[in-house]
Amino acid sequence: MAIAVALWCVIGLIAVSAAAPALAARPQPLGTRLVYGASLILTGLLLLIGIAALLGGADFQGQKVLPIGLPWIGAHFSLDSLSAVFLIIVNLGGVAASLYALGYGLHEEAPGRVLPFYPAFLAGMNLVLLSADAFSFLVSWEFMSLSSWALVMSHHHEGENRKAGYVYLLMASFGTLMLMLAFGLLAGTSGDATFAAIMTAAHPDWISGAVLVLMLLGAGSKAGLVPLHVWLPLAHPAAPSHVSGLMSGVMTKVAVYGFIRVVFVLLGQPQWWWAVLLLVLGSLTAVLGVLQAVMQRDLKRLLAYSTVENIGIIFIGIGLALAFKTNGMGAAASLAIVSALLHCFNHSLFKNLLFLGAGNVLVGTGERDIEKLGGLIHRMPRTAYLFLGGCVAISALPPLNGFVSEWLLLQAILLSPDLPQWALRFLVPAAGAMLALAAALAGSCFVRAFGVTFLGRARSTAASEAHEAEPVSLKAMSLLIGLCLLAGTLPGPLIDSLSPVTSFLVAGHMPTQPLMPLLSIIPINESRSSYSGILVFGFIMASSWIAIRVIHNFASRAVRRAPPWDCGFPNADPATQYTADSFAQPIRRVFGPMFFRLKVDAHMPRPGDPKPATLAVTLRDLVWDFLYAPISGWVMFAAERLNVLQFLTIRSYLSLVFAALVALLFLVATWA
Amino acid sequence: MGLILDLLVQGTQMVLVLVLAPGLIGFTRKIKAHLLRRQGPPVLQPYYDLLRLVRKEAVLAHNASWLFRNAPYMIFATTWVAAALVPTFAANLHFSWAADLIAITALLGSSRFFLALVGMDIGTSFGGIGSSREMLFATLAEPAMIMIIFTVALVAGSTQLSEVATFMVTHTSLRVSLGLALIGLIIVALAENARIPVDNPATHLELTMVHEAMILEYSGRHLAVIELAAALKLLLYISMIACIFVPWGIAQPDDGILYLLLGAVTYLAKIAIGGFLMVVFETSIAKMRVFRAPEFLGGALMLGFLGTLLLFVSRSF
Repeated sequence: MAIAVALWCVIGLIAVSAAAPALAARPQPLGTRLVYGASLILTGLLLLIGIAALLGGADFQGQKVLPIGLPWIGAHFSLDSLSAVFLIIVNLGGVAASLYALGYGLHEEAPGRVLPFYPAFLAGMNLVLLSADAFSFLVSWEFMSLSSWALVMSHHHEGENRKAGYVYLLMASFGTLMLMLAFGLLAGTSGDATFAAIMTAAHPDWISGAVLVLMLLGAGSKAGLVPLHVWLPLAHPAAPSHVSGLMSGVMTKVAVYGFIRVVFVLLGQPQWWWAVLLLVLGSLTAVLGVLQAVMQRDLKRLLAYSTVENIGIIFIGIGLALAFKTNGMGAAASLAIVSALLHCFNHSLFKNLLFLGAGNVLVGTGERDIEKLGGLIHRMPRTAYLFLGGCVAISALPPLNGFVSEWLLLQAILLSPDLPQWALRFLVPAAGAMLALAAALAGSCFVRAFGVTFLGRARSTAASEAHEAEPVSLKAMSLLIGLCLLAGTLPGPLIDSLSPVTSFLVAGHMPTQPLMPLLSIIPINESRSSYSGILVFGFIMASSWIAIRVIHNFASRAVRRAPPWDCGFPNADPATQYTADSFAQPIRRVFGPMFFRLKVDAHMPRPGDPKPATLAVTLRDLVWDFLYAPISGWVMFAAERLNVLQFLTIRSYLSLVFAALVALLFLVATWA
Repeated sequence: MGLILDLLVQGTQMVLVLVLAPGLIGFTRKIKAHLLRRQGPPVLQPYYDLLRLVRKEAVLAHNASWLFRNAPYMIFATTWVAAALVPTFAANLHFSWAADLIAITALLGSSRFFLALVGMDIGTSFGGIGSSREMLFATLAEPAMIMIIFTVALVAGSTQLSEVATFMVTHTSLRVSLGLALIGLIIVALAENARIPVDNPATHLELTMVHEAMILEYSGRHLAVIELAAALKLLLYISMIACIFVPWGIAQPDDGILYLLLGAVTYLAKIAIGGFLMVVFETSIAKMRVFRAPEFLGGALMLGFLGTLLLFVSRSF
């Protein structure tokens, strides 16, 4: 029943998408409002279905076979607790983005390029979550990729966006190819590609291992796992901001869903070396992502790199869950997987919020380069407030939600000395150190992002003439920050609601979170560790209230405005402020030589020489240098060598075809 | 009765840390002055300073934002909550389950987050330099702290400070991993509290300061609140080291009033000794260049990591 309604909603989204070109041609505010309004209602419905399916259990779950797709097989769809969790994540993001776009979308220069693809993108992501056979999964996946590609290309007259679109298309097709091979291996020769059939079939170890690697390549490239992340910081910022939020906050989670679905549900019993692979990749992703983020000058690209970091954190959680699951440690595995799922949810909230804030900045000033911003807190106070909330949440600071999931992950790491495999025992503490390093760097990154953008003095006229965003856009952001606070202070019910998923994925569940004392969360047992977000929040509020009351009642309330002190040498020129680059310089200097082969070439002319001093800083992206540059080199080399094949005679072509035929026949003969 | 006593202990602790914190600063300054053969200001001077500051008007720069006016209270509140949750004289803090060691570290992280932000609010170059360097130190000090917490938690089987203190009293033993964690924690504490060799709390030499540079634009009651928060943080770290590594004398759950008094006396002795040792260390070495400090803190990170790794190899280290 619920699945049918969900599918109708998806069909509705596709219908809106089909009607959008006609609507976009109408006089402007109406068409935009109709498309986003319809998307808002439909994603809202899907969100309700997701919540019902997660909390209501079997009554709201189910399967459906539609007579479309491959003949005689049909398309299988199903809704279970795992897809329900991600349905909630996707559609919560969809609701917030659609609400925001009711205001933001009016500033779009070419709505005809955005409106048709936006509902299609939402439909694609929902279809991935609902599909229950390999064929419809792959088709929905590709549908999602292509519609988001179209949105990335919506501002295609900027050369940088075209490059982003090209790289994205290349990586997306590579990813889908890997997924196709993975499902091919899973379905085997029987040809039954429904998830139910794959789940019951037995897979030899080497097939499971190969599928895991293929999934890491396929889903990992969509999620932004290092070293397959290169497209993400190019493509996510190129789209309109509400779509960037969806791509970063939500689409990466759909990739995580695909990975969890295949590795935890379809593959059966994991092997311990899978966890090694995941932990290494996850830690690398977390640290490299945030190190790149902390040096970016483009606000939206900074946010995209921070998404890479958070995906790394999520994959550390998934890797730990696999490690515990292999060794039959159900409680620990459920703790790890809960932390990963909760981080998916949390990240979708605050990353969406931050991208929407970046959208407000972009509309208000026309700038994405934070070196040209500054002082926006005066001109855009409400955006500043909401963006600050997002920064606190993403920096994993209590009492907001980012802290809760990272805290749970750290607690899961503390359980790992019981693992029997030595490789894992050595690796897990290292992953923990990398996680802590990434979290600390994220704090630095967002102090810089907020401080340079919103604080200080305006660095350009665009920034000094900024204007606040529409009320409806701010409402969408308020919704997200409210949810961040709610998830941060009352995580207990959230963890409880995930228990059907954990027993489904790792055959274990966390202890039921107690209502008393005061809604604290307890990963294993009370004497080991506990945390109560609501109490910490209450304490902070109470003690700041006490401080304010005491100070205001007993101290001087006088305020005098004066020029800044600045150690006696205030300079009115905004160029004397600390810039984003200078803020990041110490971090660049400490981590640069190791991670980016930093070279700083400072040249000071001799005294009396009128030549200007020069400073050249080069940072190399090692992933690009060592992986992509050689690959593209080989491709070019091969293309040039094979070029001669284009100019052969008909006889040579015929003999080539014949030779290929003989070779294939020979292969078939020896194989059998 | 038990509940009332628990709440009383918790309440006393909250007030106690607040009252003691400036005294500790005054005490360390006095000792330092004596070591330098100076007379030094009276021990109560920080209290007088705070009272004087709150009575003065606050001078705000023309472009100070709402964040600048509100952040001091936020900084103070998060630090105070963190300090209230570290056991000082009694292990059975009523609300200790609300936040474990990791959460306490993160609360201090929140306070630092806002401090670094307000450093950039006026748009002066000194504020920015302070914020930037503070965040650099934090990027190394926080992971070091987490690794130290891992070491302690793996030994004690809990990340709750109350449980850790109780465990350490009942299972006294010399362990390599705890030794590494202690050295690491001392390094982190020095860096977090802007002490020599990482930063100099007494200087106003612009290019060498970190903490002072961030709060350069503050005055009056706002400055008082931030100074009090900084003092609380120093007290918190000394209490934390005392509670984990020398917990003897701390009142256990179900202990009577007498033990509470004993706990209070030993606590005062512990922070006095802690403050004294810190000052002796500070006077015997010079401040580092800014870019030496990451190596110093990286050492703490490595020590914490080594401690954790040893415990992953065998629980008996």
